[in-house]
Amino acid sequence: MEMEIIPKKNHFNWFKMFWQGFTHMTKYGKTLWVLVILKLIIMFFILKPIFFPKYLNEKFTSDNDKASYVCTELFERSLKE
Amino acid sequence: MDLLLNSAMVNWSRAQFAMTAGYHWLFVPLTLGLAIIMSIMESIYVKTGDESWKRATKFWQKIFGINFAIGVATGIILEFQFGTNWSNYSWFVGDIFGAPLVIEGIVAFFLEATFISIMFFGWNRVSKKAHLTATWLTTIGATLSAYWILVANAWMQYPIGMEFNPDTVRNEMTDFWALVSSSVAINKFFHAVLSGWGVAASFVVGISAWYLIKKRHIDFALKSIKMGAVFGFISFVLLAVTGDGSAYQVSQKQPMKLAAMEGLYKGQAGAGLIAVGVLNPKKESFDDDVNPYIFKITIPKLLSYLGYRDLNAFVPGIKDIIYGGYKLQDGTTALSFAEKKERGQKAVEALVNYKAAKEDGRISDVEVFEKELRDNYAYFGYSYLENPEDNIPNVHITFYSFHVMVIIGMYFILLFLVIWIYGRKKKLHSSRWLLYVGLWSIPFAYLAGQLGWIVAEVGRQPWTIQDVLPVKAAVSNLGTGHVLTTFILFAVMFTALLVAEVTIMVKQIKKGPEEIHNDDITKTVESKSKEK
Repeated sequence: MEMEIIPKKNHFNWFKMFWQGFTHMTKYGKTLWVLVILKLIIMFFILKPIFFPKYLNEKFTSDNDKASYVCTELFERSLKE
Repeated sequence: MDLLLNSAMVNWSRAQFAMTAGYHWLFVPLTLGLAIIMSIMESIYVKTGDESWKRATKFWQKIFGINFAIGVATGIILEFQFGTNWSNYSWFVGDIFGAPLVIEGIVAFFLEATFISIMFFGWNRVSKKAHLTATWLTTIGATLSAYWILVANAWMQYPIGMEFNPDTVRNEMTDFWALVSSSVAINKFFHAVLSGWGVAASFVVGISAWYLIKKRHIDFALKSIKMGAVFGFISFVLLAVTGDGSAYQVSQKQPMKLAAMEGLYKGQAGAGLIAVGVLNPKKESFDDDVNPYIFKITIPKLLSYLGYRDLNAFVPGIKDIIYGGYKLQDGTTALSFAEKKERGQKAVEALVNYKAAKEDGRISDVEVFEKELRDNYAYFGYSYLENPEDNIPNVHITFYSFHVMVIIGMYFILLFLVIWIYGRKKKLHSSRWLLYVGLWSIPFAYLAGQLGWIVAEVGRQPWTIQDVLPVKAAVSNLGTGHVLTTFILFAVMFTALLVAEVTIMVKQIKKGPEEIHNDDITKTVESKSKEK
């Protein structure tokens, strides 16, 4: 007696795809993810707030003050006639 | 703090940006190029059903993934620096410069990030065509990212589509489409993307050559090396075309950069292009009579043609640009450095006077100063340059970067052509010398990419925004120590990332491509031998 070949139905499911993808990752894939997450944490939670604050936002709150400051800076640094 | 005396801070800020941009450009070209190579391979697999192409696609996709993962967000570091180290620049032009960066982040990156998940996790979970679509959309997303970043960079080289608002002290966008469709942006986009294709082609060819040398995964390696060679040949030929376009754009919009690229101090009609040359280190001033070259081989009239599409066109040299007086393409006479500086100073003074008049309520004075500002704004940046030498980029760096880049480009056209021919004649196996050449050529493709950016960015010094804002006016009033600290931090971090990438990549390359298993069809077959 022969049985029919029954193709397994694949209903696409985003969650399942991600879940299976992450849980079945190879060692190199997991290493990469660790590196990516570590890198993003260092960049956004250490480097950015500690070493790269927005200079003008730290000194001034209003746009008028920032504009005045930049205008003064541009004038002071220029070579006057 | 007197910025004019604190050049160390300016230089460290420049060095930090250059270093982080240089590191970023180690990862991006391979992403751009491998994306299209794996898309083409997967297209062949879907069309032919040949599983060996699926195997090849999955291998190069793995390498793409490693490079993408390590390289991702290295570009964001550049954006961090705008707000901290370059605050005057950020305020002055952020309204225009910020827009393409935001679009890049929202549109292109999310397109890439969404479909990349299907690309990696979706094998055997979605149909072949759906997976192929995801791969191509990832490629398009990565390429779109490049477009918006290059729109931003092109605007710095050729600022258009904006108007200066003296009240806010900001350049404000008046024509978004002028920015997006700038001829400089479009040419730069094609040139930069093609350079990525060239890097990836050399990478694929080199790694495939290694497998052939080791006599491993022969079928995969032959398929990859042949495709890589064809793709690389086409890429580098097109690079020559877009490079020609770049030279044309530079001659029109940044003549000083072109003069530095060629070491051209004294302008000429029917100027030749230097194919090979050595600059004279004894030439210390643009104004002395010392011969700029120790040695050169020139292709007659080619520089005039490249720059102005006229074999006899006058190409201004550094001295001509400083002293002015020569006829421009539009028929007007070029201003001298001294004249531009005078007009720049008028613009800056007018800005300050405008603001003072506005504060005092002197309406008629406001109008006068606003007109004076607008009439002279095109030369705003010249008010910061003391001497003519301040207007000249480093000629040696620009010249050698340009010429070595072109020589490497020509080399790769020849290399890929030879590999292509040997591949067709089925002689690759037995030509170990050629395989070793292919393998050891990989770093040269990366070098060419870096040199191209050095030409673009060193060649436009002293400008952050051409003619409008020089570097010394763009930097924040920070202490040198702060910039030096972050420079060292980045150097350590990026070097660690690079070592990690190379280590992981070498391990995966040594492992080689995996065998393909079809596990998406559950077969239940129970056959009984026919009863007789």
